[in-house]
Amino acid sequence: MTTSFTQADIETLLDTMADQIRLKLANKKPLLVGIHSGGVWVAKELATRLGSDFFDGPLGTLNIAYYRDDFTRIGMHPQVTPSDLPFSVDDRNLLLVDDVLQSGRTIRAALNEIFDYGRPASVTLATLIERSGRELPIQPDIIGQSVSLDKNQHIKLTNSDGLQLVIKSSEA
Amino acid sequence: MTNNQLTAKGQLRHFLTIEGLKKPLLTEIMDRAEQFSGISTRHVKKVPLLRGKTIVNLFFENSTRTRTTFELAAKRLSADVMNLNINTSATSKGESLLDTLHNLESMHTDMFVVRHNQSGAAEFIAQHVAPHVSVINAGDGCHAHPTQAMLDMFTIRRHKGHFPNLRVAIIGDILHSRVARSQIQALSILGVGEIRVIGPKTLLPSDCETLGLHVYHDLESGLKDVDVVITLRLQLERMQGALLPSSREYFDCFGLTEEKLSFAKPDAIVMHPGPINRGVEIASAVADGPQSVILEQVTHGIAVRMAVMSMALGAQSELNEI
Repeated sequence: MTTSFTQADIETLLDTMADQIRLKLANKKPLLVGIHSGGVWVAKELATRLGSDFFDGPLGTLNIAYYRDDFTRIGMHPQVTPSDLPFSVDDRNLLLVDDVLQSGRTIRAALNEIFDYGRPASVTLATLIERSGRELPIQPDIIGQSVSLDKNQHIKLTNSDGLQLVIKSSEA
Repeated sequence: MTNNQLTAKGQLRHFLTIEGLKKPLLTEIMDRAEQFSGISTRHVKKVPLLRGKTIVNLFFENSTRTRTTFELAAKRLSADVMNLNINTSATSKGESLLDTLHNLESMHTDMFVVRHNQSGAAEFIAQHVAPHVSVINAGDGCHAHPTQAMLDMFTIRRHKGHFPNLRVAIIGDILHSRVARSQIQALSILGVGEIRVIGPKTLLPSDCETLGLHVYHDLESGLKDVDVVITLRLQLERMQGALLPSSREYFDCFGLTEEKLSFAKPDAIVMHPGPINRGVEIASAVADGPQSVILEQVTHGIAVRMAVMSMALGAQSELNEI
């Protein structure tokens, strides 16, 4: 199993995801929604690959800070960019994008927030990396790559000089 | 005053007064309010941030705007809210304030929003609550009304951007106004260039100059070139003795009319904490005019109170660690 990614690897993963999305959502006029911040970066890359006609509207962004299930344990995050869904989600097909799917808690929170905006016809989940460690019954529909990592290994998408995937091990 | 409203890490635990707070904290309250203001225009006007928290509105003095906006703010954060009307509660049967409080604490409440006609009431309550309970001051006597001051700062920032270049004039009954006191503190902390107070001598505190305020006794010179005009309600219920000949005469001298407002900058905004007394401190034409942001202030009150409540209850996580 690969445990390091070059930028070319990431480009390939994004190309693969775009192909899968084209197959799955063609003619459905989907709306694109990215989760802050990694999901937004991935969503932008996908939008570039699929072209401006594929999605029916601008990129929506979700910040799930107010929907987290650990507020009473870890308190407020210092800076929260507000969610911005510049369209009505009612009866629409949504493509929800995140960088890494691990526990599934972020996606749970994102789904809750989406349903506070309205009732979409469908939500398709796309993640660049699907890794081990699920705590909720949530699976992605579109995956860049599945990675099996130990509990003490962390994978993170950064965007300082292009997209990069960093894998770190913490002392357990 | 000891700053017991902050945790060891400088987070807001209670919100009792603006006095002693630092600029970054006031800015954080406004930034958070900005983030929360979008929620009120959504399909579902709620986020689950404070789900499962119980907030008690403890109002020992009448209020419509403040109580309802606190209630809406709490509900939009998904907290459970109880409104206690003290006039019909156990305190009128002779129960002491502290006994009422301890009873409410026994019901596992998380926050008290307190309004009281005695200065220092919220501070007193904050000193006596259990460690897991936060207290928000919704106005105490002539002392402080910090959430009103913050919603006013938020309104000014939305219209005028930066504070340092601004000239702000507060007109009227400064002496009895907890709103003015909190506003002046907030404006100073945020570094407003010039703060003016305009009113008859009997309604201005004697120590205005030492606070760095510019004092005027007539609207013509006081309003010249100001960016923000704040009018205050005449608090007849707090006045003891003959401070004013009549409200008619007050309007002739200090009532904000279109003519008087024309001395301010053409793009000056007009604010009022409410309730307004038309024809006493402000003319209807001004209150309903294009420069008035009075109803916007009410709307902003919800987002600002959401910000303060979530910050105070969020800081509790730090206390839980200990």
